[in-house]
Amino acid sequence: MDKKELIVTALENGTVIDHIPAAKLFKIVSILELDKIENRVTIGNNLESKMMGLKGVIKVADKFFQPEEINKIALLAPSARINIIKNYEVVQKTDLQLPDQVSGLLQCVNPMCVTNRQPVASRFDLIDRKRGTLRCHYCERMLNLSEIILK
Amino acid sequence: MKTNGLVSISDCSKEDLLRIVELAAQFEQHPMPHLLEGKLVATLFFEPSTRTRLSFETAVQRLGGRVIGFSDAATSSSSKGETLHDTIKMVSNYVDLIVMRHPIEGAARYASEVAGVPVINAGDGANQHPTQTMLDLYSIKKTQGRLEDLTISMVGDLKYGRTVHSLLQALQYFNPTFNFVAPPELRMPEQYRLFCEEKGLKYREETDLNAVLKTSDILYMTRVQQERFTDPVEFEKVRNTYTLRNDMLAGTKDNLRILHPLPRITEIAEDVDNNPKAYYFEQARNGVFARQAVICSILGLV
Ligand SMILES: [Zn+2]
Repeated sequence: MDKKELIVTALENGTVIDHIPAAKLFKIVSILELDKIENRVTIGNNLESKMMGLKGVIKVADKFFQPEEINKIALLAPSARINIIKNYEVVQKTDLQLPDQVSGLLQCVNPMCVTNRQPVASRFDLIDRKRGTLRCHYCERMLNLSEIILK
Repeated sequence: MKTNGLVSISDCSKEDLLRIVELAAQFEQHPMPHLLEGKLVATLFFEPSTRTRLSFETAVQRLGGRVIGFSDAATSSSSKGETLHDTIKMVSNYVDLIVMRHPIEGAARYASEVAGVPVINAGDGANQHPTQTMLDLYSIKKTQGRLEDLTISMVGDLKYGRTVHSLLQALQYFNPTFNFVAPPELRMPEQYRLFCEEKGLKYREETDLNAVLKTSDILYMTRVQQERFTDPVEFEKVRNTYTLRNDMLAGTKDNLRILHPLPRITEIAEDVDNNPKAYYFEQARNGVFARQAVICSILGLV
């Protein structure tokens, strides 16, 4: 077994998030709040990838994310792959889907938005899945995935 | 329309819009001086807008309702640092309906989520002012006899003008042909041009007002404000180019009517006022009936 494969398969049970662009890895750690959980977490970054140059991988033991949790990643790294591992085997590979609604995670780009001026949690609704367009639930400003700002 | 109020024109279906237009006509033809008796409405104006506030208060009082509120933030508790959340929670205890205007965008949506009573958005910054759209639709219906298949020319500041954006959204259901007439720096934003393309709405863009006058059924004029320009010379030039004068109306369609959300500055010369095609003052009057329709519809009284 070569080393690259080991990274994916050495987990007994849990979730492997693969094909993360290296620059996005630590943001994803933070979105998923992996710094706050007790599970065993293995993080690899700047690993060589034939497909994408350098990539990051996150392995979380004994954790199976809810779709609405894991889909937040799609905002930052739509190309990431989710592998569910049970008993050292990949039992499921999932592609990410942009969530229909994103609460509290992103900051509205409009300085006059109520979420930037009052203690109000941000909320965005997905308007166009193909183009990746979100709309602020409050000020109705449109936002493209390329311009999102994390809170 | 959702029972928690009217926040944005994007929440309104075609049926909602038609119903309000129909009800506005009924309120105009048959005043109902007792319909709101025993009801108390708050008008919370966190920024001043005398015109809009008077229109809402007239709408309520002519139906026998009462009004409490404030007309600018300096006299409200928010000047003492109270959050919008707390002001809205407090006022909800007292009234049957809140009408609010606020300089912060999304303030009305948020208020509608925390208030225990319905909220009507009377303007939230550059975002929405849905009752203006209702009165615009009512004015179009009244003057043209229909909403369908009209040529609507929007003129002036199409970039920042929230009234034209909301009207454009509302007219999507009525097969309009749009002319967008603006200087390049105030052109209709891409978001709304895309909207037209996705909905299959016909539009063309012009920089010359004269190019659209003869084919228009409705000329919707807007204010071109100096603060949109860094160069005062450029502003003067644009302002003069987008001013409608009476002699320009020769040869226009008989049914053409000129609308303007008011207040106007110089976009419409005063010699237009006596032309029977000038409709902006009646348009403002229609606002009272449109607001009565919205208020009574939300309160479930009609
Ligand atoms: Zn916003």
